[in-house]
Amino acid sequence: MSSNNDKSNTFSSTRRKLLMGMATLPAVPLLAQAGLFSTPAHAQTPATADVNTTGLAVTDDEVTVGILHSITGTMAISETGSVQAEKLAIEQINAMGGVLGRKIKYVQEDGASDWPTFAEKAKKLLVQDKVAAIMGCWTSASRKAVLPVVEQYNGMLYYPTFYEGLEQSKNVIYTGQEATQQILAGLDWVQREKNGKTFYLIGSDYIWPRTSMKIARKHIEGHLKDSSVVGEEYFPLGHTQFNSVINKIKLKKPDVIYAAVVGGSNVAFYKQLKAAGIDLSKQTLLTISVTEDEIDGIGGENFAGAYSCMKYFQSLDNPNNKDFVAAFKKMWGEKTVIGDVTQAAYLGPWLWKMTVEKAGSFDVDKIAAASPGIEFTKAPEGYVKIHKNHHLWSKTRVGKALVDGQFEVVFETPDLIEPDPFPKGYQ
Amino acid sequence: MFSDYSLAELSSIFVMQGFAGLILFSVFLLMALGLAIIFGQMGVINMAHGEFMILGAYVTYFTSQFFLNFIPDLFSVYFFVAMILAFIASGALGMLVEWLMIRRLYKRPLDTLLATWGLSLILQQFYRSVFGPREVGVELPSWMMGSLPLTDVVEVQINGLFVMALTIVITIAVALLMYKSNWGKQVRAVVQNRMMASAVGINTEKVDRYTFGLGCGIAGIAGSAFTMIGSTGPTSGQLYIVDTFLVVVFGGAQSLLGTIASAFTISQAQSTMEFFLSGSTAKVLTLLSVVIILMLRPQGLFVIKVRR
Repeated sequence: MSSNNDKSNTFSSTRRKLLMGMATLPAVPLLAQAGLFSTPAHAQTPATADVNTTGLAVTDDEVTVGILHSITGTMAISETGSVQAEKLAIEQINAMGGVLGRKIKYVQEDGASDWPTFAEKAKKLLVQDKVAAIMGCWTSASRKAVLPVVEQYNGMLYYPTFYEGLEQSKNVIYTGQEATQQILAGLDWVQREKNGKTFYLIGSDYIWPRTSMKIARKHIEGHLKDSSVVGEEYFPLGHTQFNSVINKIKLKKPDVIYAAVVGGSNVAFYKQLKAAGIDLSKQTLLTISVTEDEIDGIGGENFAGAYSCMKYFQSLDNPNNKDFVAAFKKMWGEKTVIGDVTQAAYLGPWLWKMTVEKAGSFDVDKIAAASPGIEFTKAPEGYVKIHKNHHLWSKTRVGKALVDGQFEVVFETPDLIEPDPFPKGYQ
Repeated sequence: MFSDYSLAELSSIFVMQGFAGLILFSVFLLMALGLAIIFGQMGVINMAHGEFMILGAYVTYFTSQFFLNFIPDLFSVYFFVAMILAFIASGALGMLVEWLMIRRLYKRPLDTLLATWGLSLILQQFYRSVFGPREVGVELPSWMMGSLPLTDVVEVQINGLFVMALTIVITIAVALLMYKSNWGKQVRAVVQNRMMASAVGINTEKVDRYTFGLGCGIAGIAGSAFTMIGSTGPTSGQLYIVDTFLVVVFGGAQSLLGTIASAFTISQAQSTMEFFLSGSTAKVLTLLSVVIILMLRPQGLFVIKVRR
């Protein structure tokens, strides 16, 4: 317990510093706006010296950004979709005339699923390539490795994965959900609609599932009526034998199996659940870690009937998303599927473009200051807005998995949920 | 920790966990058999063992796709065809690797560790380039899904039974091959004294190649079987390699009986502990006890009882 207290102290002290830092920022946009009025974003190309005072790789007709994901190693499976989405966004932005009249050029680096490599490549992108922004990272571990680098060299990172929260930086825009956005509304839904009273929590054994489950447990025990957690269990990454926990589920008969199992373990978990005769039409399974990408490996027939809680599903029925899915498949093939993180990665270049145009500058300080309040009405997930804590306001949705590997959206929060990376009472 | 359950529940727990342990035992044994031959008999530290398994898994995936698309009527039996193809593919690759690389390293067993590690990286990248980075899942014929209910909580999974049966068949086949057949005698002769074996007319190079190929082929079958429980991706092989070496080393590297006994001990210990403790704790405790026992008996548990 004492270590937890220590942690929350350091978090709140960094938060305080950040807030103090942010308090000084409002002066900056005023200057930026002055620039914006003299050079309307689309009408003409502003002079490079005006929009780039910090020596970034911006020429009169090109601006360079970095793409930093794993294309080799164990994470390549997950990060491929992010890379594809970012390249698609860049291509579309270029087709529309680029950013402040400049075409986006990208330098892609391979983090190789290795966290020190991520840090090294981030430094290379910022120091040598002078990129104006980095789209990248996937695991929290890689983000934590890159964070001090982007802060030291004052870069801008657009980070696409839903994650555990407890972080905020002037130099990062978090385009995925933080933990409370993803978890709380989903749990409320499952109690309301599925009459879930008893919960069994299962996760892979590392920081994201553990932090998420901590938040889930606090919510179940503290905020949901007459609900309890009847079991909580973590398995090593890559674990493939879930017979024991399945036996426990059979004995304790929880109303809801709440899962955050990641990667290849997912396949084993759901295949064994099905083989053990657990009927997902009778027992509710709600997961926060299975997207369309994972179902590819699990097999639609093994996952059908389970519920997934995310902000985005490929099957979302709105015009923005129809365009996005069509463009994505046109560029990367009919058989590709689009998961939550892929969509969040797609937001990165767009949000950056809009922020640059609002700030009228590529300078990182001005972008960081101009980010809060940026709205993206053409987002495939519908509509997003950047909060002053650099996370996105977003909806949470629950999808029911179908046999063909797609989700049928059965619930979405009516309003955008305010991001709260340092949730009080949940840490 | 026992007090949460009634006596009737406890008895079903032990039955269920015992059965879960038996499945785990089959899985461990299937993984370790091929390595027991390669590492135990030939002394080659094959870090690419997992990648040979994954080749078998990919072969199974493509066989299932082929059956689905071209002869869907025979889909229910595709698995048997897939296993044979997996054995052939992994075995053939094994023999090729032996000829290209391993045979130059027999006098430097430690270097095989580095060479096969490099091989595993190459194979991973090869799979990624050829089959793509995403994980693939294999669809099972319907008769392999589901379970047979014994009581209302105790159920026996059909694919678990299938893996068990498969393991028994392969173990017996390997035992007969190694201890009863002429070829097995040659293998053991070469292992014990290469010069002498060669002098009495055994073609040692050929024996080496087939032994290595057999070990890899069995890995391929194991990979094929694992598509029933796990996923197949370029790096999935890495998941198995530690457990596989653990089983083989713990059992006493050169003993088939030791491999069986050690797979049984580790799986039952882990399965039972997993129920009353958490998954991660069970794994840690299992590893710790293996380390302690290996400190006391560095040669492994069962090595002495075996004829060499």
